[in-house]
Amino acid sequence: MSDLHQRSGRAVYVPGNDIDTDRIIPARFLKCVTFDELGPALFYDERFESEGASKGHVLDAPQHAGASVLISDVNFGCGSSREHAPQALQKFGFKVVIAESFAEIFHGNCTTLGIPCLKMAAEPRGMLADLVTQLPEAEMLIDLQTKTLIFANQSFNFDMLESSREAFLSGRFDPLDELLVAKSKIAEVAARLGNVSMSR
Amino acid sequence: MGKNLYQKVWDDHLVGTLENRQCQVFMALHLIHEVTSPQAFGMLKDKGLKVAFPERTFATVDHIIPTDDQSRPFQDEMADRMISVLAESTQTHGIEFFQPNSGSQGIVHVVGPELGLTQPGMTICCGDSHTSTHGAFGCIALGIGTSQVRDVLASQTLAMDPLKVRRIEVQGTLGPGVTAKDVTLHIIRTLGVNGGVGFAYEYAGPVIDQMTMEERMTVCNMSIEGGARCGYINPDQTTFDYLKGRERVPQDAAFEAAVERWASYASDADASYDDIVIIDGGEIEPTVTWGVTPGQAINVRERVPDPSTVSGLDQELMSDALRYMQLEPGAPIAGTAIDVAFIGSCTNGRISDFQAVAQVIKGHRVADGVRAIAVPGSEKVDAEARALGLDQVFTEAGFEWRLPGCSMCLAMNPDKLVGDEVCASSSNRNFMGRQGSATGRTILMSPVMVAASAVSGCVADARVVFGLEQSS
Repeated sequence: MSDLHQRSGRAVYVPGNDIDTDRIIPARFLKCVTFDELGPALFYDERFESEGASKGHVLDAPQHAGASVLISDVNFGCGSSREHAPQALQKFGFKVVIAESFAEIFHGNCTTLGIPCLKMAAEPRGMLADLVTQLPEAEMLIDLQTKTLIFANQSFNFDMLESSREAFLSGRFDPLDELLVAKSKIAEVAARLGNVSMSR
Repeated sequence: MGKNLYQKVWDDHLVGTLENRQCQVFMALHLIHEVTSPQAFGMLKDKGLKVAFPERTFATVDHIIPTDDQSRPFQDEMADRMISVLAESTQTHGIEFFQPNSGSQGIVHVVGPELGLTQPGMTICCGDSHTSTHGAFGCIALGIGTSQVRDVLASQTLAMDPLKVRRIEVQGTLGPGVTAKDVTLHIIRTLGVNGGVGFAYEYAGPVIDQMTMEERMTVCNMSIEGGARCGYINPDQTTFDYLKGRERVPQDAAFEAAVERWASYASDADASYDDIVIIDGGEIEPTVTWGVTPGQAINVRERVPDPSTVSGLDQELMSDALRYMQLEPGAPIAGTAIDVAFIGSCTNGRISDFQAVAQVIKGHRVADGVRAIAVPGSEKVDAEARALGLDQVFTEAGFEWRLPGCSMCLAMNPDKLVGDEVCASSSNRNFMGRQGSATGRTILMSPVMVAASAVSGCVADARVVFGLEQSS
């Protein structure tokens, strides 16, 4: 069970409020029929000049290479519903996102993909972000069961949407199999609602 | 204690409770398009699953379609492939697809309502955040991700946590030249871009009651920009009158029965809410954005805010936004030079938007150096506009009249800003890079304000440019 409630890895802090999914992955990278190639496009316009030269973004700092925990600020992932955003984060290597708050569609997409979204208030998050910046090589240990994380010998509390936490603890964060169980009940609701006169 | 519409529709579509105590909710209508759905069909195939209720899913193409030349194959190979994949998938699974030149193609949130697919009391979902638009009819209408598109295709249900409901009453009356777009920008400016997280918004009050369905769609469309996953308006006679006679709506006696059922979903007079906000409609003025979120907005007579008046992270964010927008703190927003004017999108690309502009723009001419495009929201909007001669009015004023699609709202097709061009835009997002250039700048406003800015060559007050204050 331990692997279900624990996550670990090095972290990186990407500051900013209201970081929208257009910034996480610009629309031109949505031209695809699979999500496979999205990793390198993560935060593309913030990381690269139009001709491809690096802008020296923190995600490209050598000391943060391989980080799997992303820390940001308020209302992370707002805007477009594009699942391409959490897909790009995951393909880039992120397994956990920590922020003060998350936009809901983004949060739901992350959960389904197996990326826990941890909520942490401004003050502890600021301390954690500072520590992570000072100690880029240090490992963070996250426990979804106790809603605490350990970094540099310090303990931090976080919060999580309860249904999402339970989904992770049971390992069933992808709901599809469970949704399919209720087949007859679904058919019943569909029949009662009618309203398919819309179909020609 | 009575129930609000959200509770009624939720209860009516509830299938059961999942192990993590989320609810399983049936989706009455599912809309899909070419950007967020091809991958879902792939996931379905990987799992060996079929589409459970193909008669409840409808497809269109909007995001990537060119608006100048739609002949196939498109110049953009991947765009062409995305449409082909959607066409194949829908054919394989027996899903109705509103193809280009079918007479019904268009932006998904324009097509659903105009065909009458969108009906009161429904749960509606689509892999697009502006699905909130359909809430104008009294629906719970949700933007979803691609894995959820897969869930709906396979089961017609979603795993969800219920939202809280905030009633937003817009009291009084709007002044001349003030539109539904200004109402929604004002609400977002007031409550913040994350003020609605965890809430469904119920819009009510005399200003909302008096709005047409298309105006109501503009308001509900931008709910997501205020952080609310969905927004709705209780169905009333305006709703029923709009739906009557539409292609996919029950006719005759069945229509009367449907109206009775639809009306029953409206919030009870004694319904309870988690929060109530009162907005004075008389205070709303034509509103424009100055920054890089829809909440960074001011009325057109105001000045760009000064970061020195705030502190901490707020100051940093405001400075960053102003630097990106290349605006001077404290300068009037009116007079900001523009390069491009865009009228269209799921927010403001319906027939009444083009009618409103056509009424005022006659005798005016787009300023030299401004590229102005008008993009109808659907083939039906285009046909109606042409029948009314609106395309001529726009063309004579110096706009290009284009073919239907999302176009420069998110610039996934060839319609893009170049470099750091400034666009006066009737769309819904002014995010950095949103309109196709990493340094492009967007100023959101209503269609008549875009028209006023287009003819002035800079952000301008439509009431002054078109003499709207005298005319009413």
